[in-house]
Amino acid sequence: MDDFGSSALRKLIDEFSDSVQQTHANFGDATALVDANRIEAVMRFLRDEADFDMLMDLTAVDYLGQTPRFEVVYHLFATGTNQRIRIKVRVAEEAAEVASVVALYASANWMEREVFDLYGIRFDGHPDLRRILLYDEFEGHPLRKDYPKERRQPLVGPRN
Amino acid sequence: MTSNLPSFPEAPISLDDDFERDLHTEHQVLNMGPSHPATHGTVKFLIELDGETIINLDIQVGYLHRGFEKECESGTWYQAIPYTDRLNYNSAILANIGYCLAVEKLLEIETPERCQWLRVMSGELSRIADHLTRCGAACLELAAMTPFLYGIEARELTWDLLEMLCGARVTSNYVRIGGVKHDMPRDFPATARDFIARIRALLGDFDKMITSNRIFVDRLKDTGVISKEDCIRYAVTGPILRSAGVGLDVRKSDPYLVYDQIDFDIPIGEVGDNYDRYLVCVEEMHQSLRIVEQCLTQLKKTGPGPIDVADPRVRWPAKGKVFNRMEELIQQFKSVTEGPMVPEGEAYVAIESANGELGFYLVSDGSAVPVKVRCRPPSFINLAPMDGMLKGAMLADLIPTFDFINMVGGECDR
Repeated sequence: MDDFGSSALRKLIDEFSDSVQQTHANFGDATALVDANRIEAVMRFLRDEADFDMLMDLTAVDYLGQTPRFEVVYHLFATGTNQRIRIKVRVAEEAAEVASVVALYASANWMEREVFDLYGIRFDGHPDLRRILLYDEFEGHPLRKDYPKERRQPLVGPRN
Repeated sequence: MTSNLPSFPEAPISLDDDFERDLHTEHQVLNMGPSHPATHGTVKFLIELDGETIINLDIQVGYLHRGFEKECESGTWYQAIPYTDRLNYNSAILANIGYCLAVEKLLEIETPERCQWLRVMSGELSRIADHLTRCGAACLELAAMTPFLYGIEARELTWDLLEMLCGARVTSNYVRIGGVKHDMPRDFPATARDFIARIRALLGDFDKMITSNRIFVDRLKDTGVISKEDCIRYAVTGPILRSAGVGLDVRKSDPYLVYDQIDFDIPIGEVGDNYDRYLVCVEEMHQSLRIVEQCLTQLKKTGPGPIDVADPRVRWPAKGKVFNRMEELIQQFKSVTEGPMVPEGEAYVAIESANGELGFYLVSDGSAVPVKVRCRPPSFINLAPMDGMLKGAMLADLIPTFDFINMVGGECDR
């Protein structure tokens, strides 16, 4: 597997040779697709050994029609070296669950809630996995590609 | 002389154990928002109070959620630009720039230099408008009406300049994939220099009124403190991170456009409280004015030139050709109806918005419709640690802390 000149990617490939499934650096963004079961270990390694101290962004993409269907995408940033790396994991539709990284990066708390809210991917070990942008009575997960944009939601009254 | 006043007991009441045990206090839950006059943002706080002390805080966002990503994923690459205006409506152009830079990264195109200077100039004017809103509204919510009016007068000046550039004050829709909509009008540089002097004077007045005002300082000093380490754990960026003493700014750490050719400084604070955030914002406005002046000088020096990239995928053909030639007519039709076919791939671009790192993560499958348009919203991420910043603080500290986090509903809730 190629490290595309990124020292962090090289470190990651050396440490997790069996878990890194694919790497690329298209448009200059160092990217690694890793085994979803190892995400916690990979993130711990990147935080503690490769100085990626900020989890800048966490989101998901729905590749409807592919298996596994979802991809959870993490963007990390190292304040010391200004390096960035993108880590991705594939998540199947049937068991849409991946380990939470809140214990490693506090910023993951709200972003994981958002992904759960909009994609219905559960984060195992999240301390407070509730909907965040939508309300509790909302039916479905709107950013899934099979959720029609025009769908109406049932009217809910005030909660007491 | 006899007095009608009740006589005081000889000895003070002894606060013995029995007396204290009888005092019955319980926590009160206060529901603040979603439309509260002292918050300039649509957000609801569920505050658990012990007297006036905040014990617990639950922040409920999402009232302005309108499906930004879903809308972007059902239109063309061009049709997403007006939606980006409505993310942070105080500084719409910065979101325009972020999105267009991300699409340009996928298309592998570089815009002409004049376009880049125009983008930087309009972006910095937006940043000033955003900081003025933050500082002005904070004053208003702390019951200081007059400084707010001075701030808003200065903001109107920046919006007048933006109106000259793009025809709209707030939702400017100025930046295009591979260019900008217009070059600046001929009288723009003179007006801009005049307005910059007036904005400086207004900032001076603002400073005299509020920076050492006893009430303002007391409300801001040592409230809403966040440490350097917590900022990094929570991925907090922008003025909040800089006020905590970390000089991180995407314009310096990862310069985009022409920021590497511009001379400006990054102000940093020491304590990470609201007062430091205020000082950082004020200084950033002065730095932005410096940048705008450098842009004006540079635009004059380089003279007129192309503002759009010469790439038929993203820019429309000249009107004269469209009316007289078949190929250009077809190209015009295709450009308007479906826009560019963006090559397959994924890209993340970060820019420094007024609130911090604004990122766009785009995924394309090679078609005219994006697969994914993710906006990394600094407002949303900066708001997350607010409960920790306020636990144990007084209820009144919530107002300035929320003001200087500057959560903008459009961007936070998307």
